[in-house]
Amino acid sequence: MPIITSSQTQPEYDVAIVGSGAGGGQMAFTLTMAGLKCVMLEAGRSYVPETQTAMFHRPEHVPLLNTPTPDKHMGFTDATVDGGWEVPGEPYTQASNKDEEKFWWWRARMLGGRTNHWGRMSLRNGPLDFKPRSRDGLGFDWPIGYDDVEPYYTKVEMLIGVFGTNEGLENTPNSPAGVLLPAPKGRASELLLQKHAKKLNIPVISIHRAVLTRPLDADNIPAKLFPNNPKVQKIVGDSMRMRAPCFWATDCHRGCAIRANYQSTTVHLPPALATGNLDIVPNAHAREVILGKDGKAKGVLYIDKTTGDEERVKAKVVVLAASSGETVRLLLNSKSAHFPQGIGNGNGLVGKYVMDSVGTSVGGQVPILENLPPHNEDGAGGPHFYIPWWQYQEQLKGKLDFARGYHVEFNGTRGMPGGRNPLSDELGKGAYGTKFKEEARRYYGSNVGYTCRGEQIPNDDCFAELDPEVKDKWGIPVLRWHWKWSDQERNMAAHAAKTFTAFIETMGGTVRAQKKAAIENGGRVIHEVGGALMGAEAKKSVCNGWNQTWDVKNLFLSDAAPFPSNADKNPTLTIMALAWRTGDYIIEQAKKGEL
Amino acid sequence: MTEGETTALRLDRRQVLKWFAATAASTQLSEFGFAAAVPVVTAKGYGTDPELMKIYKPGDFWPLTFTAEQRKTVVALADVMFPEDHLGPAASTLRVPDYMDEWISAPYPIQQKDRAALLPGLQWIEGEAKKRFNADFASLSEAQKHALCDDICGAAPVKAELKKGGAFFSKFRSLAASAYYGTEAGWKALGYVGNISLPTFDGPPPEVLAKLGVEQTVK
Ligand SMILES: Cc1cc2nc3c(=O)[nH]c(=O)nc-3n(C[C@H](O)[C@H](O)[C@H](O)COP(=O)(O)OP(=O)(O)OC[C@H]3O[C@@H](n4cnc5c(N)ncnc54)[C@H](O)[C@@H]3O)c2cc1C
Ligand code: SF4
Repeated sequence: MPIITSSQTQPEYDVAIVGSGAGGGQMAFTLTMAGLKCVMLEAGRSYVPETQTAMFHRPEHVPLLNTPTPDKHMGFTDATVDGGWEVPGEPYTQASNKDEEKFWWWRARMLGGRTNHWGRMSLRNGPLDFKPRSRDGLGFDWPIGYDDVEPYYTKVEMLIGVFGTNEGLENTPNSPAGVLLPAPKGRASELLLQKHAKKLNIPVISIHRAVLTRPLDADNIPAKLFPNNPKVQKIVGDSMRMRAPCFWATDCHRGCAIRANYQSTTVHLPPALATGNLDIVPNAHAREVILGKDGKAKGVLYIDKTTGDEERVKAKVVVLAASSGETVRLLLNSKSAHFPQGIGNGNGLVGKYVMDSVGTSVGGQVPILENLPPHNEDGAGGPHFYIPWWQYQEQLKGKLDFARGYHVEFNGTRGMPGGRNPLSDELGKGAYGTKFKEEARRYYGSNVGYTCRGEQIPNDDCFAELDPEVKDKWGIPVLRWHWKWSDQERNMAAHAAKTFTAFIETMGGTVRAQKKAAIENGGRVIHEVGGALMGAEAKKSVCNGWNQTWDVKNLFLSDAAPFPSNADKNPTLTIMALAWRTGDYIIEQAKKGEL
Repeated sequence: MTEGETTALRLDRRQVLKWFAATAASTQLSEFGFAAAVPVVTAKGYGTDPELMKIYKPGDFWPLTFTAEQRKTVVALADVMFPEDHLGPAASTLRVPDYMDEWISAPYPIQQKDRAALLPGLQWIEGEAKKRFNADFASLSEAQKHALCDDICGAAPVKAELKKGGAFFSKFRSLAASAYYGTEAGWKALGYVGNISLPTFDGPPPEVLAKLGVEQTVK
C-alpha cells in the first residue's frame, strides 16, 4: 500500500491516523509493524526529502540570499513547505490586541510535518518532569511516571538514532549503555564556554540530537526492538541501511536527503509503507471525528484539498496526531448530539492549559575568538553542546524566585555566511573597502549567543478555543488563542538573561544583543503542548495515561496535546515515546477485542 | 458530527485579523526621509512551495529594477566598499549589484522598505557627486570617491546635513555585504571553509585549541 488519493482508500481500516509528523509517524510505524491496517490523513502535500532538499545551495543560489520572507518564514531552503507563522487560507485569531498576549503558531502543511525541519534536539524528560506538582505544588502531575516511559525513550532512541553522552546529572536521565551514538567533538566557542562555565559551577555537556554520527547497527537493533519477528526485523533493518551517517555539512533545518537525521519522512514512514499496511492520503484535511450511535469513533471526515470535496474514511480506531493545536481544534469541531461542546470537552477542558517554552536570548562578542585560523565548524548541522538545568537543589531550598528549570542552547560557530552583514556597524566603526573585509574576517566566529528553553507552568490564561466567527477556507472554525505569561516565567527569563551575561563576561566578552522584551511571545519557541490534559480522573482531564480519551475509548491523542506539563526538555522525543507506548496499548487492546 | 449526518460545506472568505503581516511600504516616504517617489512593485512572491532544487539567479522570480544609470552607481559604490584586494575579488565581479537589484525589486515588506531607502539614496549620492566634483559617481577618481564616502561611512561622526547620506551608506553596505559573503569567494574572504562533506568531524585544530587555552573534551 502506498501514497494514494481519497478515491483509492479502502472501505474500512483498523486505524485512521490524522497527521504524519513525530506523533503520527511513530504511531503508523508501531501499528503497521504489528500488522494493523492503517490510513494516514495528512493535510499537506506528499514530500520526498531525498529529492527535494537543497542541502548545499549557497545563499547566492537562491532568492534573497536565503533570508526569511512572508512566503518562507525561515528562508528559502528551509524544509517547511506550505507553512510557517501564517498559512494562506487557514487563519487563527487572537483574543487580545496586546502584542505580549499574542500567540504565534508555527504550522507545516506537508508529509512529515515539522519533523522535516526541526532542530533535532532530543532530550528525555526526567523523573521530576512527570511529577512536578508533587515537587513544588504547582501545575499537574502526569498520571504516568518516568519508569512507564523509559522503555519507550530507549526504543525511540534506538530506532531514530540519537547522539549524546550519559552524564548522570540530576533529572537528566542516562540512556542505557550502547543506545546513544557517539557525541560529536566540541566546537571552539562551545569548548570555551565549557571551560569558563566551570568557574560558575555550571555544567556544559554534549547535547542529544537525532543525528546519525555513525551508521545505525542495522544487524542488531531490529532484533532488539522486535524480538521473534523476522519479517519486521528485515523491514526495519533494510530501512536503517538506507540511512547514511552525517557527512558533517549543511544545516539540518533544510532537511537531510541522505536520511542522516530524524524526519518522519525518512525514518518512520518508509518502513511503515514497506509493511504494506499503510495507506497515506496527502492533501487530506481532517475536519472532525465521526461518531457512531454507540458513542464510538467510526472514522474521520476530511476535506480532499485537491477537489474541495468532503470525504470520509472509516476505521475501528482513530488517532489524532495533527500537532497539539490542530488536535484541540479537531476535538472542538467534533460536535454531535453526544458531545455538543466537542469530544472530550464535557468538562470544558479541551484547549485549556496550553504551554510553550520560555524563550529569551542574549548575544555577545568575545575577543579571544577573533581572528582564529579558519577551520570547518559545520559539524552535525546544529549545536553539539548544551547546558541542562543545574539548580534543582537551589530551587528546593527556595533560593530562586521561579519553580522550574531551563536548559541553555548555544549558537556561535563559524556558520555559513551570507544573507546578513557579518560586521555590525557597531563593530565595523564605519569601515569600508579592504578595511571592512579585514574587520569582518577578524570578527567572524567571535559572536556568541545563548538561548533559554525553560519550563512554563500551566495557567488559566493560556488556552485555545474556537473562534465564534472566523473560519478557514473550507468553512471550518479556527482557533482563537489566549496568552499570558506569569511571574514564574518572567522571573526565569530574567535569571537566564543574567546568567548569559555572566557567561559572556566570564569569557572576556561584551554583551551586544539582548532582546528588548525579556521573554519571547507565547508560541515563538514552537514547543507548544497541552490542550487535552492527561489525568488520572475523567472529571479532571481529557484523556487517561494511555492518551485515550475518556469520552470515546477508541479515540487516542498522539501528539503533545495530552502533556500536563512542558519540561524544559524539547517535547518531540517524548511525543514519540508516548506514541509508541500508546500504539502498543492499541495493539494489545485490539487483540483483546476491547476497542 | 454523528455518523450518517451531513454537513454543508460553507465557504467563508471573511477577512481575518492578520496581525503579523506588515503592510507593503511601496508608496511611503523612505525611512531616511528622502521624499522621492519610488516605482511600485506589483510582482508576486515565489510562493509557499517553490521548487527548491534549482539554482536561481536574480530576475528569475520577479523583474529587476535598476536603470542603466542606477546600475552604474551601484557597481561603482559596491566596488568601493568591496574592492579587489588580497581578500578577494571586487563586488561587481561577484554579481553583488544583481543581488541588490533582486532585493529591492522583491514584493515583500522588508525589501520594499529597503527599496524606498535605496533608490532615493542612489539619487542622493549622484547629486552629491555632481555638487562636489561635477561628475557622476562612477566617473570620480578613487580619491574623490573616498572623499565622499569618508564623510558618510560613519568612521567619524557624520555631519548633520549628511545624515541621510550616512544612513543610506550604512544600509547599502549592509546589503552589499549580505550578498558578497553569500558567494564562494566571499566565504574565502571571511574564512568560512565549510559546506563540504567530510568523512569525520575533528573539531577545532590544535592551534585553535592552544590559542583558546582549551582541550577537546569529547574523545
Ligand atoms: C524550527 C523548529 C525547530 C524545532 N526544534 C525542535 C527541537 O530541536 N526539538 C524538539 O523536540 N522539538 C523541536 N521543534 C518542535 C517539533 O517540530 C514538534 O514538537 C513536533 O514536530 C511535533 O510533532 P507532531 O507530530 O505533534 O506535529 P507536526 O510535526 O507539526 O505534524 C503534524 C502534522 O499534522 C498535519 N495536520 C495538521 N492538521 C491536520 C488536519 N486537520 N488534518 C490532517 N492533517 C493535519 C500537519 O500538516 C502536519 O504534517 C521545532 C519546531 C520548529 C518549527
Ligand atoms: S548536518 Fe548531517 S544530519 Fe544534518 S542535514 Fe547535514 S548531513 Fe544531514
